[in-house]
Amino acid sequence: MPHFERLYNFACWLTHDRQEAEDLVQETYAKALKGFSSFKSGTNFRAWIYKILRNAFLTSRTGLKATATVPLDLEDEEGALPAIEETPESILLQRSDGQLVQQALEQLPVAYREILLLCEVEEMSYQEISAALAIPMGTVMSRLSRARKALRGGLQQQFVRGTN
Amino acid sequence: MVCESWKAKLDTYLDAEVPEEEMHSFDAHVRSCPSCSVDALARVQMRRAIQDAGRRFTPSAEFRKRIQQKIAPKPQRSFGLRWTLAAAAAIILVAGTLTSAYLGTRSRDQLFSEIADLHVATLASSSPVDVISTDRHTVKPWFQGKIPFAFNLPELQNTEFSLLGGRMTYLDQTPGAHLIYDVRKHHISVFVFQERSLPAKLDENSLSPKQLPFNLETWSQGGLRYFVISDASAADIDSLTKLFKAAS
Ligand SMILES: [Zn+2]
Repeated sequence: MPHFERLYNFACWLTHDRQEAEDLVQETYAKALKGFSSFKSGTNFRAWIYKILRNAFLTSRTGLKATATVPLDLEDEEGALPAIEETPESILLQRSDGQLVQQALEQLPVAYREILLLCEVEEMSYQEISAALAIPMGTVMSRLSRARKALRGGLQQQFVRGTN
Repeated sequence: MVCESWKAKLDTYLDAEVPEEEMHSFDAHVRSCPSCSVDALARVQMRRAIQDAGRRFTPSAEFRKRIQQKIAPKPQRSFGLRWTLAAAAAIILVAGTLTSAYLGTRSRDQLFSEIADLHVATLASSSPVDVISTDRHTVKPWFQGKIPFAFNLPELQNTEFSLLGGRMTYLDQTPGAHLIYDVRKHHISVFVFQERSLPAKLDENSLSPKQLPFNLETWSQGGLRYFVISDASAADIDSLTKLFKAAS
């Protein structure tokens, strides 16, 4: 089963729930199996199967709830992130242990969380991300940049809270 | 500041997504600019922290088993359901010629299914080949010492095919060679294994079952078993098969 562990990890990050993640992965493989003929060999298999998983998530109850509160297309909302005094990454990281990074990731809106996971954890190329999320390359770049800013913002807040 | 424009693209640079022609000037700048190099280092650290935090959940053995049983009942056939069904149909079609074929512990449709999986999984991976070369004189010696047999690669001059490279592969525990060729923008996988170490015995003739997501030919020659598989046309697969047969 190609990408089994990675898909499961990604599903857990999307759903925040192991049981739901299992259901999601199961649904993904079932759909992939059924739709295998629609997969064009030579195109990206990994992006294809992640796309199936993500679409299944978006139509699940948890997915609908997550995208209802924070829309998927956060683009064009330049001012959405609060301007914060920046602490250099190195200091942020020194002060924040792995758990804080996890918390900051968890608290990100799903659109930011998923793109960071695909880029940093799955190490997908922009092209693969574009295929998996069904968004244009330009959007991949802008969303990724906002997601990184948002994560830094989250760490920064924890940092400020921690020093108070 | 001059650095502003570099820093705006620093993440893209670290993602290795800056256009190739900009890559060199970026390298040069980051190397010579203390401010940008410190910034780049910090971002790399951040990335590692995200990776560590992000690789967090592991599926339970119980779940893995459950999925395997659901998706791939009994012997693993993961993505090969259609494949298996179609191969079963093909077996019935050619049953007359198969009377001498002995099916071992594993039936050949399972074997084909695994070959198809290897083909798909390799093309889907970010680094499909371990030795990247269009030159058979580079690829052939690369396999020496890695697999317990030697084989010949065909000369491709004046053909439509080009060699992309090769990698070691395993079918169950059996080591083999996996070569990847290009023809008209399709990838073709050629697998070579020792016949006697394969988990299932196959008949001598090449066989290309219809109604499958891929075209496939297989044959035995000099104690080696070859599989040629691709979504390229059956005619292309046949041509490559002939080239291999002639070279061996
Ligand atoms: Zn600089």
